[in-house]
Amino acid sequence: MEDYELFNRDSQAIVYGFQRNAIQRMLDFDFVSKRKTPSVAAIIRPTQAGAIGYHKVFWGGKEIVIPIYKKLELAAKNHTTADVLINFSSFRSSYPTSKEALETESIRVLVIIAEGIPERQSRELIKLAKEKNKIIIGPATVGGIRAGAFKIANTAGTIENIVKSKLYRPGSVGFVSKSGGMSNEMNFMISQNTDGILEGIAIGGDRYAGSLLIDHILRYEANPEVKLIVCLGEIGGMDEYSIVEAVKDGRVKKPLVMWVTGTSSKIFPAGVQFGHAGAMAGSDMETADAKNKALAEVGVIVPESYDTFGDKIRETFEKLKAEGKIEPLDDFEPPQIPQDYGKAAAQGIVRRPTDVVVTISNERGDILTYNGVPIDKIISEELSLGYVIGLLWLKKELPPFAAKYIELVLKLTADHGPAVSGAHNAIVTARAGKDLMASLASGILTIGPRFGGAISDAAKYFKMALDSGKHPPDFINYMKDVVGINIPGIGHRIKSVQNPDIRVTLLKKFVNENFPKHPYLDYALEVEKLTTQKRNNLILNVDGCIGICFLDLMENIDLTPEEKQDVLDTEVLNGLFVLGRSIGMMGHIFDQKRQRAALYRQPWDEILYASK
Amino acid sequence: MAQKSINEYSAKKLIAEELVKYFPEFNYHGKLAVITPETKWEELVKENPWLKTDKLAAKPDQLFGKRGKANLLLLDASLADLKSFIKEKMGKEMVVGETKGTLNRFLVEPFIPHDKEFYVSITSDRENDIIHFSLEGGIFVEENWDKVSHIPIPIGTDINAFNLAEKLPDLGELGDVVVSFVKGLLQVYIDQDFAFMEINPFAVTEDKLVVPLDLKARLDDTASFKHSDTWGNYDNPIKFPVSFGQKFSKEEEYIRSIDEQTGSSLKLTILNRDQRIWTMVAGGGASVVYADTIVDLGFGAELANYGEYSGNPSREHTELYAQTLIDLMTEKPDPKGRPKILLIGGGIANFTDVKATFTGIVSALRKSVDKLKKANVKIYVRRGGPNEKEGLKLMKDVGEEMGIPIEVYDRYTPMTRIVPLALKE
Repeated sequence: MEDYELFNRDSQAIVYGFQRNAIQRMLDFDFVSKRKTPSVAAIIRPTQAGAIGYHKVFWGGKEIVIPIYKKLELAAKNHTTADVLINFSSFRSSYPTSKEALETESIRVLVIIAEGIPERQSRELIKLAKEKNKIIIGPATVGGIRAGAFKIANTAGTIENIVKSKLYRPGSVGFVSKSGGMSNEMNFMISQNTDGILEGIAIGGDRYAGSLLIDHILRYEANPEVKLIVCLGEIGGMDEYSIVEAVKDGRVKKPLVMWVTGTSSKIFPAGVQFGHAGAMAGSDMETADAKNKALAEVGVIVPESYDTFGDKIRETFEKLKAEGKIEPLDDFEPPQIPQDYGKAAAQGIVRRPTDVVVTISNERGDILTYNGVPIDKIISEELSLGYVIGLLWLKKELPPFAAKYIELVLKLTADHGPAVSGAHNAIVTARAGKDLMASLASGILTIGPRFGGAISDAAKYFKMALDSGKHPPDFINYMKDVVGINIPGIGHRIKSVQNPDIRVTLLKKFVNENFPKHPYLDYALEVEKLTTQKRNNLILNVDGCIGICFLDLMENIDLTPEEKQDVLDTEVLNGLFVLGRSIGMMGHIFDQKRQRAALYRQPWDEILYASK
Repeated sequence: MAQKSINEYSAKKLIAEELVKYFPEFNYHGKLAVITPETKWEELVKENPWLKTDKLAAKPDQLFGKRGKANLLLLDASLADLKSFIKEKMGKEMVVGETKGTLNRFLVEPFIPHDKEFYVSITSDRENDIIHFSLEGGIFVEENWDKVSHIPIPIGTDINAFNLAEKLPDLGELGDVVVSFVKGLLQVYIDQDFAFMEINPFAVTEDKLVVPLDLKARLDDTASFKHSDTWGNYDNPIKFPVSFGQKFSKEEEYIRSIDEQTGSSLKLTILNRDQRIWTMVAGGGASVVYADTIVDLGFGAELANYGEYSGNPSREHTELYAQTLIDLMTEKPDPKGRPKILLIGGGIANFTDVKATFTGIVSALRKSVDKLKKANVKIYVRRGGPNEKEGLKLMKDVGEEMGIPIEVYDRYTPMTRIVPLALKE
């Protein structure tokens, strides 16, 4: 690369700061400019956890990844040819990060975006850049662009603007301004009056800009591709006089069209701060009028006012063209960038099928709803947990007796001591030092056909029996002869007719007193009468009673036969046991953790070693 | 965000507190008192008992100089003298430059008898901090400016290893103390992010104590985050007073308060609220260009305001900004019955969303239909940038809907062309 160039079609940048939009805009520019490689080699994101990650971006219609580094050091080591650093750090941290960039050997051009960097810090960076022979653009700038080659960050805005302003291919004009906002306006205005921009730089509006208008004008003078130089100066400071000097002593020979803004300051009261930090005239020489006059006196083409700036640029360009100094342009139709889905969707011109349908809740409105019932109603009307389960599991507003039944089940199933497989596993896992979620999951994983499963099995077989009209004796025989298992929900290890399970007594009492009808419980009690005649412990047990009474619950709410079957098939009954028992299992886990209980090891005397 | 002047009181306090780090012999009396219209004498004297015992000096502390020439200096005075001086001067109107203002803040210090007055100031340029020093301080420094030594100190210089004495005029036996003082001052200037500091004059007493008499200073307010232990502290940060006589209207205050809440920029200066050309321009650079064009075309006297919005302000903030301007410009119709002009201008934005900001402006316009009609407002729009098509359409539509003349131009019309279009009718 020549000394007078900041970047070319192969230049790559490291972007300091995770600026998704700016990075995508750079790559979109690359794509329409038909660059071979993306202009962003790496991203620095100091808040990232690991040393390196990846960011997905579009390259035209395709996706590619750009590495994200925690530190500049590793990024620079891995991307030695990336010689531009675009620093998005805030005004607070811009100084240390800019300093680091200037001290990084592979970085040649530093762009500082932040506005509001202390003046002394800017001056120190300027000194360091001079020592290291590096170039700073900024602070307080949007950056700049080399048409068809390299675009800094958000410069020139959207891709539509880049195409309209012909920035995807080089023209003949070198442009420099202080203002970033005006630079975009000028890029377009120049494209309307000439063959377009070759390079446009906004040096930023601070009092101490890292590079000056004259620095870029001298680069343009040296660059044979630049035929015409355009500059937009500003009130305040004396920088424009170095341009006057350079024109006077012949260092700038190319036609220069220039306007200094701020001519209106004369009608303003003292102390009005114009747009930029550097824009305040402290002496007569710093006024826009004085600068425009001095420039015109040495032969710079200065318009009457900004309003005829474009006309002057056009006249000057036409003159160069007539003199045969403008080479014909190699223009092309820029490739189309596919529209972003989000933008197109907002305009209503594309649609996309969703992947997930959700019918039970919605958090996206003003207030969270459960199956359409707003959460504030649930709280203010003191609706129960059973009611909430009804909304989210059955999509029904349960009547109080049904909601209360569910809560009764949760209470009854909450715990059954430490010896059952669920609690045991939870305890063993907690004592192995695992966290709550792992310990609970380990306990829940034991729930199935042999532990807790009797609830849903009882419901399944008793429903089949009553619905198909089997008389109790036929059902008993059917289970024995055809299915070949003991009847789920019947039988207890210890309890018997004479020594009933109090939990079953309570359930039956609740259902009898509160459910308008309870055909399944009645049927089960008929079955029990027969089984207890065989052996007095073949009673309706608690699991059976819960499942069977749940069938009765469904009989008392508005459900079709198909809906009832869906409730059983979707494992709602297992859900009740899992939910209830999780309370107890978590209790055991907290209990063990509170005791700081040591690792559990099964004693040898509980194990028969049958091999030698 | 820029260089801001601070009161003499604040500057002296800050320098006094910091200077001892580098110039331990400073031994400053630290006796400083401020008198405002709210000051209660009893409390003031209780807090500053030296007011009763010392000979006093007093002067306005409102960011203007040449107070001696304006007969605003009280010297070698007693507390009783001070009271009558304040009674006479407080609340008095006076003109500084072209600005009329009210005297409402005085600084009182002990009067230090001295015969020699020195001048020192520090300024900065791109590569140096520059010490300006003269043996001829006080009111004579300007006429003796050729006797001032200018000593550039390149950034990064170790001032303690720098031979300052040889660059200064011969100070005789005062050399040591003055050189240490100036070196210390430079370190405070650098450390505390001063942008300008001028002590004119400072005196050296018989027992070789350095006493700053009149002091002016500016701080770089962007550096306040670096000084949370001194002037940028959270609880009681240094104040940046407005220049003498400068007052903000309630509308300007309101826009300043919104500006402070956002990361974007909203600025408003009312030049003359009775005038008929109002601007609402996006972008710091573009806003200046619009004002220039109005002035360059000879309509400067009719320009009512200067301002800008930029940095992608939210729809809501843009609406508040627009509403403030609309309310101002529709206060009363033009006395000559001409239309009032609102220029909603801007260049082609890099990333400010034209649709979002224009949605805010449109909703302010909608709320003001009657006012706009009554004041006979004509609106000219020119803008480009992200979502420009949708944004400009909003403007066109709202004009038709409300029956208010709104001419809308896009990027293909030169940016400032709406100025002659609007004004040269």
